[in-house]
Amino acid sequence: MLAKRIIPCLDVCEGRTVKGVNFVNLRDAGDPVELGRIYSEQGADELVYLDITASHQGRDTFTEVVKRIAAEISIPFTVGGGIRSVDDVERMLLAGADKVSVNSAAIRRPELVSEIAKAFGQQVCVVAIDGRMTPQGWRCFLNGGRLETDIDLFDWAMKASDLGAGEILFTSMDHDGTRDGYPNDTLAKLHQLLPIPVIASGGAGKMEHFRDAFTIGNADAALAAGVFHFGDIGIKDLKEYLYGQKIPVRII
Amino acid sequence: MKVAIVKYNAGNVSSVMHALDRLGAEHILTDNAEALRSADKVIFPGVGEAATTMDYLRSHGLDSIIKGLAQPVLGICLGQQLMCSHSEEGDVDCLGIFNVPVVRFRAASNEDKVPHMGWNGIECTGDALFKGFRRPESVYFVHSFYVPVCDWTIAQTTYINPFSAALHKDNFYATQFHPEKSGKIGGKILCNFLDL
Repeated sequence: MLAKRIIPCLDVCEGRTVKGVNFVNLRDAGDPVELGRIYSEQGADELVYLDITASHQGRDTFTEVVKRIAAEISIPFTVGGGIRSVDDVERMLLAGADKVSVNSAAIRRPELVSEIAKAFGQQVCVVAIDGRMTPQGWRCFLNGGRLETDIDLFDWAMKASDLGAGEILFTSMDHDGTRDGYPNDTLAKLHQLLPIPVIASGGAGKMEHFRDAFTIGNADAALAAGVFHFGDIGIKDLKEYLYGQKIPVRII
Repeated sequence: MKVAIVKYNAGNVSSVMHALDRLGAEHILTDNAEALRSADKVIFPGVGEAATTMDYLRSHGLDSIIKGLAQPVLGICLGQQLMCSHSEEGDVDCLGIFNVPVVRFRAASNEDKVPHMGWNGIECTGDALFKGFRRPESVYFVHSFYVPVCDWTIAQTTYINPFSAALHKDNFYATQFHPEKSGKIGGKILCNFLDL
């Protein structure tokens, strides 16, 4: 049976791992390659690395980090942050990434999704969406959650899927950093609407939250950062708990 | 031990090279007939589209070179599919090492997402590729097309329907999954292949 995936997410700035709490306060959590290797050994199914560096120099540093990850870690990993063109994607794939996530740039220019899918295959393109519930319903946000759009979350997710996205990585900004659980009803709706896998992101605080994302939200994968980086939840313990809850997971 | 990786217009093969580096195996990426024939082991990786890749292999004479190899050969993912008789992807005749056609997953419901992507269990036979396996193991898959279960199946997985996760005939081995991306257990499978 296809396993539900557990994905630690590492935010990388100037070659170091940081974690944004509600996208604002950053705390240092170590070397991205070393941390990824530990997660891999503990049973993480994939890794996501987001480059949150703004400068050009930082981008080159990130490419070097990606090369080191590819050399040292033997599970699939996705990279994202600042990907705006097919050339950016190619640079990341050549450095050794398996998949690339696009966010704001794809909302600004949706053809980017089809260009990536056509050039490298559908499985390469993860479309990340930052959403928040507004009086008008779920809306997509740009620039790391700083800029609101009038684009409906579900409309954009379906369009991205039609354009060739391989997966949707949905982060609820309302839940991110709260540790109160994932937005399960919204995840369930995405699952029902989309023919591609959905990765839940934002809100994990307890092991039960992962279970609920899979059983109520029907997510294909669950991503988290802080709870893993600071040791609140061990990936091995989490997998064993989920296995006990009759959720198909990979036990190593 | 010298491993040759077949060089063609495939996508990224660096993950295979990194995996061999981690196992300490010397390797070269080549499309040279003599270099391929003289290697101890040959790996035929694959990320790409079947018809385009077959065209490339034929126009560079690599089709007959691969079919004529006498040492252990391991096809990975698209590599496995191209070792079969025909692929529905681009409706193309392939190398015909395994006389079985490659077909596309057909989703039976909204639950069936295609491509099949992620970690899934394999039921293995006692083939040498799986030497030392003591329990069901999971490996990493990314594919939309598959090889049905056939006479040469040495591991099978069920996703939508049962399919061949690995094949073996004479000196030819193939996996639908990516051992180079399958953590420790994938490393073990590659190590078993290098030990053949």
